[in-house]
Amino acid sequence: MATAAKPVYDSASYRVSAISELKELGKYRYLLGQLIRRDILTRYKRSVLGVAWTMLNPLGTMLILTFVFSNFFKSAVPHYPVYILSGLLVWNFFSQGTNAAISGLVWGGSLLKRIYIPSTVFGVSAIGTALVNLILSLVPLLLVMLIDKAPFFESLLFLPVSILLLTAFTLGFGLFISSLAVFFPDVAEMYQVLLTAWMYLTPIIYPESLISARFMPIYKINPMYWMVKMFRLPIFEGRMPTLQEFLPALAWSSGMLVIGWIYFTSKSEEYAYRV
Amino acid sequence: MSELEVENSTNGGDEPIIQLENVCVSYRLPSERIGTFKEYAIRKLQRKIRFEKFWALSDISLQVNRGEVFGLIGNNGAGKSTMLKVISKVLKPTKGRVVVYGKIAPLLELGAGFHPELSGRENVFLNGALLGYSRAEMEAVFDEIVEFSELEQFINAPVRTYSSGMFARLGFAVATAHMPEILILDEILSVGDEAFQKKSRDRLQSFQRKGSTVLMVSHALDTMIGMCDRIAWIDHGKTKKIGEPQEVIAAYRGENL
Repeated sequence: MATAAKPVYDSASYRVSAISELKELGKYRYLLGQLIRRDILTRYKRSVLGVAWTMLNPLGTMLILTFVFSNFFKSAVPHYPVYILSGLLVWNFFSQGTNAAISGLVWGGSLLKRIYIPSTVFGVSAIGTALVNLILSLVPLLLVMLIDKAPFFESLLFLPVSILLLTAFTLGFGLFISSLAVFFPDVAEMYQVLLTAWMYLTPIIYPESLISARFMPIYKINPMYWMVKMFRLPIFEGRMPTLQEFLPALAWSSGMLVIGWIYFTSKSEEYAYRV
Repeated sequence: MSELEVENSTNGGDEPIIQLENVCVSYRLPSERIGTFKEYAIRKLQRKIRFEKFWALSDISLQVNRGEVFGLIGNNGAGKSTMLKVISKVLKPTKGRVVVYGKIAPLLELGAGFHPELSGRENVFLNGALLGYSRAEMEAVFDEIVEFSELEQFINAPVRTYSSGMFARLGFAVATAHMPEILILDEILSVGDEAFQKKSRDRLQSFQRKGSTVLMVSHALDTMIGMCDRIAWIDHGKTKKIGEPQEVIAAYRGENL
């Protein structure tokens, strides 16, 4: 009988797992591309300068922070604009990416209730969009380095690895926090406060040398401390990270990605009920 | 599996494409809304989180055969939409089993997922991607979508400039661009003006002639009699009656009017 054909869908054998979700995402890669495209095109669709704002935005923030803080930190940090911009790019990527993952899942929820879509697609596309923005914003960084006559080191070639580590960490954290935000709507608001505090606890606008040795062990718990370091060392200090510097970053990135992915997918059968 | 096969053979050779076996779906309705961690943690410790279980579907068993137009009727909140969701993999049944032997094309509320700032053209591809199609699959039907939706002049304008009728026409054209094995229609036969309604009904009927299975939910009972081969009446999450459209609708009307 023709019904011996394999079912396309059988609820008895269907379970969303970390692995199966990865395969589904592979099948929906065209949607992933379309969502990233949509977010980049629509963000500045009505503005005259358009996508250029992706580059102008961190430049503007950098100028303000340089103007405000250069008197405090100038002596401690030689090329302060480069220092601040290299940290700011990392932080912007993280905060924009994770926030977009939250709003993406909330938006996507209205679709998840009606049609089947692998639920990770919203978080992954949010980080994908942030990644495009990060790469674009490397252009103004290089420009500022030229203008500030900062040295260009060979160690800049390490940046792709830094970007990979940061992306993995941000994706893992973004999936985790967006999943929480579905179950507890207050999380999205709380997260904004947390982000502000977190940013000041990470050496982005102030130099690491200002942190007293007493507090250093506490600073080193902060994963974003390591992520920023992966960028600052090759851009700013002109050297590759040592193994002791690289391993904590690698551990945070891979650990957060695995935990975030597993946590998110373990809840994914509930999103259509909850969002 | 063997159980299923026995069931088929008793069914006069009708080839099942959708099977529901004792399907139950429950929504958990928290008796009070808990919005913060603190509350949640405190209540969890005190074991005070109470959920009222609401059975949106209870013990539904039915079979839809290949090529059939199967209708679902029932009052608001009876569980019709939940049933469509269970079949289209959106909700996993709490109990029971759903087996589907074909690719499903959901007709989501037309234009859900459209972005107002993007052009009609860009939205066609975005919407197609949401429905699970690839780039090549969408390129193959793009011209046909534009023609069917009668938007040749406006396809490069942002969708925010569209009238609601244009919006819905484009949504319908995208969702039905590919002939699906199983088409799910949730109350959407009233799209656009009369001419377009006829056009969309013709398209659905041509799918059906070519072998698509159609599962539809509607309150337009008279239209349903004309279109459906069989109808199931759902009431409070249970199947009240399944059978000939005339009979089921008469029974439904008898109880509700």
